[in-house]
Amino acid sequence: MDMPRAPLIEVRDLSAHYGAEQVLFDVNLAVLEGEIMVIMGGSGSGKSTLLRHLLGLETPSAGQVLMLGSDMAKLGARDQLALRRQIGVAFQGGALFSSLSVAENVKLPLRERGDLGETTMDIIARLKLEVVNLAGCGDMMPAELSGGMLKRAAVARAIALDPRLLFFDEPSAGLDPTVAAALDELILQLRLALEMTIVVVTHEMESAFKIADRITVLDRGRVLAVEPVERLLRNDNPRIQNLLNRRAETPEIESADYLRRLTGEA
Amino acid sequence: MLARVEILGRQTVRALDEIGYAAVLFGEALIWIFAGHRWGQPLRLSATVAQMLEIGILALPIATLLAATVGVMLAIQSLYSLGLFGAQSFAHVGIALSVTREFSPLIIGILVAGRSGSALAARLGTMSINQEIDALRVIGINPVRFLVAPALIAMLIMLPALTMWANLVALGAAGLYVSAALDLSLAAYTAGTLEVLSPNDLAHGLAKSALFALLIALLGVVNGSRVEGGAEGLGRATTRSVVQAISAIVVTDMVFAFVATQ
Repeated sequence: MDMPRAPLIEVRDLSAHYGAEQVLFDVNLAVLEGEIMVIMGGSGSGKSTLLRHLLGLETPSAGQVLMLGSDMAKLGARDQLALRRQIGVAFQGGALFSSLSVAENVKLPLRERGDLGETTMDIIARLKLEVVNLAGCGDMMPAELSGGMLKRAAVARAIALDPRLLFFDEPSAGLDPTVAAALDELILQLRLALEMTIVVVTHEMESAFKIADRITVLDRGRVLAVEPVERLLRNDNPRIQNLLNRRAETPEIESADYLRRLTGEA
Repeated sequence: MLARVEILGRQTVRALDEIGYAAVLFGEALIWIFAGHRWGQPLRLSATVAQMLEIGILALPIATLLAATVGVMLAIQSLYSLGLFGAQSFAHVGIALSVTREFSPLIIGILVAGRSGSALAARLGTMSINQEIDALRVIGINPVRFLVAPALIAMLIMLPALTMWANLVALGAAGLYVSAALDLSLAAYTAGTLEVLSPNDLAHGLAKSALFALLIALLGVVNGSRVEGGAEGLGRATTRSVVQAISAIVVTDMVFAFVATQ
């Protein structure tokens, strides 16, 4: 792989709140062109919130997110649209539109461009479905697809406009190991064949170690590390080691103590 | 006591928030309907036609049944109450005015609120839970233009159309009953009805139905797009949209009737 170049995404001192609760604390992050960045963390670590901010679906409480050099929150509608056309997202559950066939889902971003004929859109949709190994499934409805097929169809829609940046939200969640491995391979192929910069949010370590150039570890809304896999494995931060070794954070409780708590005895 | 005041305060703030949100949605939908083509993002005609089919055409059988039932019911009650004064020959007056000004828009409004308002809330809620709304935004498609504007236009066209249809069916059914009961010809009943009705009466009913359409669409969208808490939240939002829409229709009906008759 070529050496990574300029950052396509820069997160500067990002803080986020849900109501009164702060969920991200001064997050700083740079995703370099051509790399696969995995954002990893346990439940409630803030990785989904970070992803929503990266996608411009939420407005930061403080700080900024620069996407391809622009702060999406400050762009006008036309510039925001132009920027969004350089981004593709494969959501966790696929988020395919249930009233449209698989091919129509893939064609939707193309149709919204408004400058492509029906035949051209058909050809592109067929090509994208072939890339994700769903050739011949274009006429199926989303409800007829398996979990793995849904995710691949979502990838086909995400790459319909040949974006520079591709985001995956929990790509392996809910899939059996074989299908999850196939999806990991697909992510690697997309980077190789289409030279995309890819951001993957996941809590699946096996998948993360396989595909990542660098991993960002989030913990309770803070970035603990942004490192290549090899260096992360040697990181001696106890919270990172807990995450990597799947160790519970709650102290062990003796059975007698547990019983006392259950019965309400102090 | 303090807790009750707090609950009341929260509910008031929430209600005001929802009214404001509905107003913004309505304004934004109007902008997309009238100016979307200037930005290369016109109203989705195919989606609008599909919604019109769903809201209007597919509701025709049940709307026909309800309208006919209401027409016959009004005929029975009119003949009974006017019979107390020996004025059964004036039954067509009350029936014609009640149907066109009150019953058709009200019955069709309640029917569409239960049938299509709930469907709209459920659809948007499901899309919200499944991240389809997020997907639209990420693709660069404005959800108001894509989802709300077609539903709003379809509702604004089909509710008055269904109301007009209900007028015909209810008056026809009432005419059949009255002419049979009083041994009148249907032609005489129809002539009497046409003599009583003015364009103003029809406009009164149709304007109300357009207002109901707006309420049903906006309440469906507001409740659907704010679903939280998975399937349970979706159920709550759907029920809420129907209850709110029917309540709003009944209250608006009363206010409209009062204002229009002053």
